[in-house]
Amino acid sequence: MEHVELFLKSIFIDNMVFATFLGMCSYLAVSKKVTTAVGLGAAVIFVLAITVPLNWLLDQYLLQPGALKWLGDDYADYDLSFLSFIMFIATIATMVQLVEIVVEKFSPSLYNSLGIFLPLIAVNCAILGGSLFMQSREIPSLGLATTYGVGSGIGWFLAILAIAAIREKIRYSNVPPALRGLGITFIITGLMAIGFMSFGGMLTGGDEPEVTKGTNVQEGDQEPPQVKLKENDSNTNTVVSKDLSMANSIKVNE
Amino acid sequence: MGLLSKKDAKLITDPLADNNPITIQVLGICSALAITAQLKASIVMALSVMAVLAIGNVVISLMRNIIPSKIRIIVQLVVVAALVIVVDQILKAFSYELSKTLSVFVGLIITNCIIMGRFEAFALANGPWRSFLDGIGNAAGYGLILVIVGFFRELLGSGTLLGFPVLGDPIEKTGLYSIGYENNGFMLLSPMALIVVGIIIWVQRSRNKELIED
Repeated sequence: MEHVELFLKSIFIDNMVFATFLGMCSYLAVSKKVTTAVGLGAAVIFVLAITVPLNWLLDQYLLQPGALKWLGDDYADYDLSFLSFIMFIATIATMVQLVEIVVEKFSPSLYNSLGIFLPLIAVNCAILGGSLFMQSREIPSLGLATTYGVGSGIGWFLAILAIAAIREKIRYSNVPPALRGLGITFIITGLMAIGFMSFGGMLTGGDEPEVTKGTNVQEGDQEPPQVKLKENDSNTNTVVSKDLSMANSIKVNE
Repeated sequence: MGLLSKKDAKLITDPLADNNPITIQVLGICSALAITAQLKASIVMALSVMAVLAIGNVVISLMRNIIPSKIRIIVQLVVVAALVIVVDQILKAFSYELSKTLSVFVGLIITNCIIMGRFEAFALANGPWRSFLDGIGNAAGYGLILVIVGFFRELLGSGTLLGFPVLGDPIEKTGLYSIGYENNGFMLLSPMALIVVGIIIWVQRSRNKELIED
């Protein structure tokens, strides 16, 4: 079940955009329309799903301290981890180039609509960040690395989809002039990030080190509505606990 | 007699306000948000980016006539990656706890859009001295925002600046804490960085009406 747990964790709790702010530049630039946001998000999922496991293999058999044992015993002490950055970025750039060729061949319309953003995925912090976090969190197996890559991509996709939808809607709102465009997007993303923090309790029993100070009101926290009967006020409604999401007013029957 | 001509001085002052990489060019946002919970981390990150950007700009500018156009992204990536590896090793050697705080984000300087953005927009078309100044200027603009965000987040979030308690001692209840002030722990959490940058953008665009977009 650790696959499911890692999958859910990388989508909601360690969401690439809201928890670690990776890929913000293209997130802000491409989120003006939902259709382009969907295209870019799908491309990011695809690239992450391929590069994270590839980089895991690279890390496992080449870069980690002691990884070169398979070459021979005298290579067992080599620690090439300082080369991680350049090796990861090299695999990412190569894979993106390959993805570009494949997309151009099999779906020219998608290729045209993505335009410059497909090659720009190579320098998207989300892609490199996915690999670097995979390395720093020491994910133990190839299958888990793939799950992590796909999950992170889906998390990013969810984030850009949400902000694109919201930006389309607020075009009709009365945003103060100085906040229009970039400013309000930042603030909305901040509020969404606060909202996503509420997922922190989702996989309880895990090893989450940070305790969120401002937790949102969750469904399970509320007490079941209790009606306090007042005998002498038969025609008053007792409204229980105003911050219930279902604000029912309970009429007291005589 | 000034060291820099007027045009050159503009290369440094423009990114500080009117052409700020973070708030106007919308580049380099990722690292600006994630590590600004402490002022010290912000300053170190800003200096690292300045080193990588300035030196990288000079290197690319020196090579600009011999890089084939088809592989220029790869060449830029290799130059940046090499510089970042050096910066990372220096950080690990001289300030290990800070490099743990910055963790993955030192590596993410490679994909920091400011660096690639300035390479493409400036270093490939200008001489080394001007590219150096442009690198310093943009990194200074980036650093300014980081320092502002880090300042407010650390001050309001933990009552300290660079590790020194400036509002009093929260446990002993001296200084400001004696009248009941409490640290706003929320400021230490990452979403507040987004909101602080949003407010900075708001202030900047209110002062300079030309920047308002429709």
